[in-house]
Amino acid sequence: MTRYIVKRLLLMIPTLLGVAVIIFLLMRVVPGDVVELRFAGESSFASKENLDKERARLGLDKPMLQQFVDWMGGILRLDFGRSMWTGAPITEEIRLRFALSLQLAIMATMIAVLLAIPLGVLAALKQDTWVDYAVRIFSIAGLATPSFWLGIVFILGLLIIFKWLPPMVYTPFWVNPWQNILQLIWPALAVGYRYSAVATRMTRSAMLEVLREDYIRTARAKGLWQRLILSRHALKNAMLPVLTVVALEFAFLMGGLVVTEQVFNLNGLGMLFVESVAHRDYTLTQALVLLVAFVFIFVNFLVDLAYAWIDPRIRFR
Amino acid sequence: MAVGTPVVTADIPEVAERGKWRRIVREFARERPLGAAGAAIVLLNLVVAATAHLISPYDPLATDYGAMLARPSAAHWLGTDAFGRDVLTRILYGSRTAMLVGFVSAIIGATVGAVIGVASAYFGGKIDLVIQRAMDIFLAFPLIILALAVVSILGNGIENVIVAIMIPMIPRAALVARSSALAIREMPYVDAARAAGFRHRRIIMRHMLPNVMAPYLIMLTAFLGQAILLEASLSFLGLGVSEPTAAWGLMLRGAAVQFAEAAPWMAIFPGLAISLAVFAFNLFGDSLRDALDPRLRAQ
Repeated sequence: MTRYIVKRLLLMIPTLLGVAVIIFLLMRVVPGDVVELRFAGESSFASKENLDKERARLGLDKPMLQQFVDWMGGILRLDFGRSMWTGAPITEEIRLRFALSLQLAIMATMIAVLLAIPLGVLAALKQDTWVDYAVRIFSIAGLATPSFWLGIVFILGLLIIFKWLPPMVYTPFWVNPWQNILQLIWPALAVGYRYSAVATRMTRSAMLEVLREDYIRTARAKGLWQRLILSRHALKNAMLPVLTVVALEFAFLMGGLVVTEQVFNLNGLGMLFVESVAHRDYTLTQALVLLVAFVFIFVNFLVDLAYAWIDPRIRFR
Repeated sequence: MAVGTPVVTADIPEVAERGKWRRIVREFARERPLGAAGAAIVLLNLVVAATAHLISPYDPLATDYGAMLARPSAAHWLGTDAFGRDVLTRILYGSRTAMLVGFVSAIIGATVGAVIGVASAYFGGKIDLVIQRAMDIFLAFPLIILALAVVSILGNGIENVIVAIMIPMIPRAALVARSSALAIREMPYVDAARAAGFRHRRIIMRHMLPNVMAPYLIMLTAFLGQAILLEASLSFLGLGVSEPTAAWGLMLRGAAVQFAEAAPWMAIFPGLAISLAVFAFNLFGDSLRDALDPRLRAQ
């Protein structure tokens, strides 16, 4: 077990290195650089020498390979450097945004799971009845509705029906939990609907498969309670694939919420992505991409571990 | 020259083929009404996209400053936008953008991915390992950054949106195709083809690819919906197609949010169009999956 974990953790390194190389090159292929953009605002003073001096200060005049080695060296010392745009440390720039994105992802996950498991189980038990059809249509519609548009509809509905708008300025949870929830519940619902649709469909099909297994028939033949069969025998075994999609969706939410954040005026990781690319802020973009990639890979790793933990048939090699 | 006879003989298998297809379609429609409804909406969408210039009541680009933000009425069924352009017309034309981006990116993305996945499974060993690692890297790469980078490098425009949407589909398709192809690689007919001395390319394209058709089709319908959603998101962010092209995501941008309270039709209808189009693809894809995957059939 320990050997397997160590091996998996080590295997993350080449993948992350690949991600690092690609984003490093990609950012340098994108035309324009941070110095040009920053001086564009105060154009009159931007002589060629000043631009070059600033580039030298940021290390942009060094050969590409040197820049890459410097960046990697920094990461090994857990030093992500400073943003090329604001000059603030990268960790500082990311911390608050990360907290917001994380909270939103957790809230959306809670909404999704609370909806998905009862609905999915119900649909599987009543396969091909109107209940099943209703749940399926509800969840297919969830997959089809753009979250950002649902967000617009929520805001519009609140405005027209209640003449009320959710707070537009972010309050951290530990400062004022009520204010915080009041603001974040709407984007969490907008994202959570799609998310729950993914999970409902997986719950349904996993349950359908499990309910056909011999051990369920045996349990029924023994005269066990339907509820006991469901909770102890069926649901437990159907949860693995559901866990997978929930985890992957969670990882996706950590970096993929750009549009919904824009609609709700939230400064999460998604918006930071857009800003950092627009500013050609190499250091910040690179750090963000690595962070999101790491979250994705790590969540995948946790899912695999959970598989082994829940399902003793899976043995590590 | 006797033109008639050879044509007739050539026609016979085709008629049988057509009859077979008709029967399959009829069976599908009877057993899976939801899927058939989805397919019908997809077809309708395609027809609308093809005939937008004939059925639209107005010119999608014609501004009418006398009728800015007009409510839905007999003249403008779904109202007008901040430039006085007819919302219905722009939605009809928007289906062109959506269908074009959806089909082109999903077909290329799924096909390239499937070829890579099948090749990876076929060759196995070191090649498989290298391809898998490369796919892992692309899977971990945040979607939005690819789109941002593609648009920053290539600029706005429909071709670039297609590229941006297509790239992230490739590793996902490769993953699915590879796992199906792993079983096929062990089939005797693949060994036979290899023993017969066929080239790798021929074995992959002619013997293995056709046998991952079921997962490929399921993937394709899922990708179609996702591509339309992604296009809408990118256009909404200003990273997709640009004004004045009619596109659903673009219609939700800017004025639609700004004037949402005064003119909610601007924000509501394009979103409904997106949802309906994607809904139809998913409905069809779901039934297709159930039909092709015998494990999920009701007992």
